[in-house]
Amino acid sequence: MSKCRSCGEAAVVDLPRHNANFCATHLQQLCVRQVQRAISDYAMFDESARILVAVSGGKDSLALWDMLTELGYRADGLYIGLGIGEYSEESQRITCEFAAERGLTLHTVDLRSDHGFDIPTAARATRRVPCSACGLSKRHIFDRETARLGYDVLATGHNLDDEAAVLLGNTIRWDVDYLARQFPVLEAGHGFPRKVKPLIRLTEREMAAWCVIRGIDYVVEECPMAIGNRHSGYKETLNDMDERSPGTKASFYLGFLDRMAPLIRSAPQSQGAPEACPSCGAPSSSSETPCAFCRLESTSSSHEPVAVRMVLNRTARRAFDAQWGGE
Amino acid sequence: MIVRLRQPRREVEMAGGRAAHAVLHDLGLSREGHLIIRNGTLVPSDTMLDDGDVIEIRPVISGG
Ligand code: SF4
Ligand SMILES: [Zn+2]
Ligand SMILES: [Zn+2]
Repeated sequence: MSKCRSCGEAAVVDLPRHNANFCATHLQQLCVRQVQRAISDYAMFDESARILVAVSGGKDSLALWDMLTELGYRADGLYIGLGIGEYSEESQRITCEFAAERGLTLHTVDLRSDHGFDIPTAARATRRVPCSACGLSKRHIFDRETARLGYDVLATGHNLDDEAAVLLGNTIRWDVDYLARQFPVLEAGHGFPRKVKPLIRLTEREMAAWCVIRGIDYVVEECPMAIGNRHSGYKETLNDMDERSPGTKASFYLGFLDRMAPLIRSAPQSQGAPEACPSCGAPSSSSETPCAFCRLESTSSSHEPVAVRMVLNRTARRAFDAQWGGE
Repeated sequence: MIVRLRQPRREVEMAGGRAAHAVLHDLGLSREGHLIIRNGTLVPSDTMLDDGDVIEIRPVISGG
């Protein structure tokens, strides 16, 4: 039986990158310390900040919300109903239960009832890949609600694996603009809220372990649109490298933040869009034509609803049918 | 022992008497991409599994 590195009690998880095993108590301590360190290293927010957490029902965002409230921060949640079939129904149910059990404040925006469309329909109507329509919609709504509801900062559950995968993609393409902007804090500017990523020092496996230990019910099956996408492929590649040489993933991303980012970052990162959308008032590059979200909304809401299965590629459709029983 | 897999949800029967990481290896799954839950409790990858165990292999990678 393997023992916890800190106390010698029975361990519940092995963390190869630390070359050690940890019990439930000390795994939680490790996670909390990494989050506190990220918050202070990047001056993300202080005790008085009103924080809005972008929650999806997945492990990362629920763990983040749990940790922030546990640490005494004032953190409320915002859930966006994306209309991705049973995946969305389950994630909404789980998120609502999480908030209700802990007496936390949860705001909800539903694409179908508030904006007249859902992600599968938007993907089909605008001929975008689903994740692109989804990312655009989520960014728009999170930005808007953070400002409208008067929060100081928007916190998202991006973890070390997410950021390392994005870094790998940006590096493979040598996308210098994106590399210069890849940072755990985006300053407020031009009507955009301040955005922070407190989980960047923790891996997906550590976040999942946090949820299991804390008894947090979360959506384990991932979004059907994510199956087989490039981002997931980068994550698997990094995990293969980590398997052979533990700690590779962390040193790739955290080393970038420590040693490379300072060399290529342009001034404090603010977000640029000096005009206002004539239709919704959101920050936009033009005051003449509607913003990208308003254009997506008007094209998609006049399109007849499209089922999730119809916008999946062949691999994802096979996985979807096996998971949800097909149609 | 019964091994529960996700994505999609399914169960396979496997012989016990070996370490959890050996089971992962046989199934072609990475350690960094999964957690092992034995009879409802999280356990490290070097845990020896018994024939009577119910094992959940939970993937941790999400693609959004
Ligand atoms: S995987 Fe794509 S479609 Fe699914 S929630 Fe994430 S961004 Fe949206
Ligand atoms: Zn311990
Ligand atoms: Zn607009």
